[in-house]
Amino acid sequence: MATLVTLILLWPMLIASEFKPWILLDAQSLDATWGFLSGFFYPAHSREFLLLILEATWQTIAIATAGLTLGLLGAIPLTLLATESMSVSLMETGHMRLSGAIVRQTARWLLVLLRSVPELVWALLLVRIVGLGPTAGVLAIALTYSGMLGKVYAEILESSETHATQSLLKNGGGRLASLMYGALPASASELVSYTTFRWECAIRGSVVMGFVGAGGIGQRMDESMKMLAGGEVATMLIIFVLLVACADMVSTYLRKRLG
Amino acid sequence: MSFVLRNISVRHASAKRGDSYQALNEVSVSIEQGEQIALIGPSGAGKTTLLHTLACAHPQVSGELSIFGVSPWKLSHAGRHALRARLFLAPQTPPLPPRQRVVTAVLAGCLPQWNIWQAIASLIRPAYPDAAYDALARFNLQDKLYSRVDRLSGGERQRCGMARLLVSKADAFLVDEPLSALDPMLAQQTLTTLQQEAENRNATLICSLHQVELALRCFPRIVGLRDGRIVFDAPRSEVTEAMIAGLYRNAMQDEQRDVQLAPAPIHVSC
Repeated sequence: MATLVTLILLWPMLIASEFKPWILLDAQSLDATWGFLSGFFYPAHSREFLLLILEATWQTIAIATAGLTLGLLGAIPLTLLATESMSVSLMETGHMRLSGAIVRQTARWLLVLLRSVPELVWALLLVRIVGLGPTAGVLAIALTYSGMLGKVYAEILESSETHATQSLLKNGGGRLASLMYGALPASASELVSYTTFRWECAIRGSVVMGFVGAGGIGQRMDESMKMLAGGEVATMLIIFVLLVACADMVSTYLRKRLG
Repeated sequence: MSFVLRNISVRHASAKRGDSYQALNEVSVSIEQGEQIALIGPSGAGKTTLLHTLACAHPQVSGELSIFGVSPWKLSHAGRHALRARLFLAPQTPPLPPRQRVVTAVLAGCLPQWNIWQAIASLIRPAYPDAAYDALARFNLQDKLYSRVDRLSGGERQRCGMARLLVSKADAFLVDEPLSALDPMLAQQTLTTLQQEAENRNATLICSLHQVELALRCFPRIVGLRDGRIVFDAPRSEVTEAMIAGLYRNAMQDEQRDVQLAPAPIHVSC
């Protein structure tokens, strides 16, 4: 019964989205797919192409890292403004002072604003302003990611054990210092692991933004796609996999260090 | 005078607005600077709430509170926070993050005196490892200086929390059941260290205890608390067995008043 209802509800959506899977099995589509995919073997590996890709990869990593670092510069102050565990008035009376509540709410809204616009949209806007090239990518990542990082950092800090922080506040410790001595030790590895995960996302994001002209490996991939050069696309996909695996290793290493 | 309370009523820290249950009810007490007081009473009597009130951790509903001659809740936000630096509240469960090194956890007691850069620098490289070492040594924990808090036993953590008290610059120690995880030998030793420290810097020591015998043996003034009210507040020599029995008689016995009480024998010696 439930299945039937689901199907009835889904049907109009399938029509509206022009979901026609049988087109995939059409002789013409199969031909095109086969042509493109067979190009994937063997991945392009000429010396000059590899050098070109290496440079583009390096640019991608640079865009992601610079974007994330700039994002952190925005995210950390916003986290500190948004997190509730630093409120002295909340500790005293169980509710916040009006001024404190307004500042916190404003910080939260700013975080929502920053992350609700996808980085691709920021990139499209910024490419108009600063022109084609990596600058647009860096700024786009910085804007979106400061919103995401700030929100998640604040939540990690709030969900950690508050007893230690509260106790330091009650003994007259400064807010920031109490947070660093109370909540940070417990949350450090979670914060680091989320940051490296976001770095991985930033690498992927900068690739996508390359398609709109923000530089890096994405721009090269766009060109190769348009030329239906499957071998080149395959090489670049392999490099993606390696990059993500690297990010994963970095994250594991850092978390072990902080363990 | 370090503390003067006049008809203080306090609601529970976690109470919602409109909840009228009072954890402290019309409590009046005055405490001289340098006095050492044991706070005794059954569980739920309001001992912790009283200590929190004295630490300006949460405000009273009514009554007048004066700490070191000022009313904390009439001060500005910053003024009140500066006052807190002179009061050290040690909660019953030691407030130590498990993944912190002992030296950092102890030096956190210096935070009110440090600016933010000193605090950050000390996170990376402990600022006064010697001070932390000395403080720990007084509780026989000096060899744990660089271990992590989660490697300590419950009793060691509790004493580590007390070591934080020693490095603080507070003028009043408000200690909530500092001995709950310690064996009798260590309990006596820890209490002696606390009392010596308080005496050396002429700090006020207010200590809630469940070990009545120890309280009577070591503290000159005893405050008995029950159902949010002060039942007695007397020098130790005036505390009788009947007063103690009355303080701890349970609610069931309350209903069956005809049942004869058999108070536990109390040996007062000092």
